Amino acid sequence: MAITILIPTALRAFTDGKAEVEAAGGTVGGVIADFAARYPDIRRHLYDENGALRSFINIYAGDTNIKSLNGLNTAVKDGDALMLVPAIAGGSRRC
Amino acid sequence: MIELSPSLIAAIRGEGEKSYPDECCGFLLGSERAVKELVPVINAREDGERYHRFRIEPDEFMRTELAARKKKLDIVGFYHSHPDHPAAPSEYDREHALPCYSYIIVAVEKGRACKMTSWLLAESRSEFTEEKIV
Ligand SMILES: [Zn+2]
Repeated sequence: MAITILIPTALRAFTDGKAEVEAAGGTVGGVIADFAARYPDIRRHLYDENGALRSFINIYAGDTNIKSLNGLNTAVKDGDALMLVPAIAGGSRRC
Repeated sequence: MIELSPSLIAAIRGEGEKSYPDECCGFLLGSERAVKELVPVINAREDGERYHRFRIEPDEFMRTELAARKKKLDIVGFYHSHPDHPAAPSEYDREHALPCYSYIIVAVEKGRACKMTSWLLAESRSEFTEEKIV
């Protein structure tokens, strides 16, 4: 099944500059794994050393964060769109 | 380098002064190295932390990314203010930054916006390099 993944600007360096790519799978986790297999350079930006999704990366199915769905087990169907969403933070003084 | 019109520069300075003594934050929308629009957002950090920290919620990012794509624009970076602190990125900024985005910082001293700088994270993540605002 073809699922579209929308890529934020910061990660396009790893998708040959593409703003959206297609990947296959029946769950969000499956689609992201297929995507990471097609673009291996992105793997270290998505997963930590233990293979868990990095905490600053959020995945949206349509306009819903998968954290409020079934996480990586959320089912997807042909034509659905996923979005990779980085958490953005910063500040000034250390403390 | 990053292109920023005088009116956008004035808008970022205004946002910094408006949120003083807290940090302001928002998106820079544009294409390539030219900023076309600002999207100010609410600093999602809690009371008592916003004077030195900012956070943009993922929901806000998702909505802004979709809206930008409709206008054929990209999120090219972010801006935030440093209340009573120099316009240079902190270690905390570096630890939370992503490559490819421009990070604009405006220093706000005693409620008045002063120096504004823009920074890009090195590929190695080890440092920020300053880029010219033109
Ligand atoms: Zn900062």
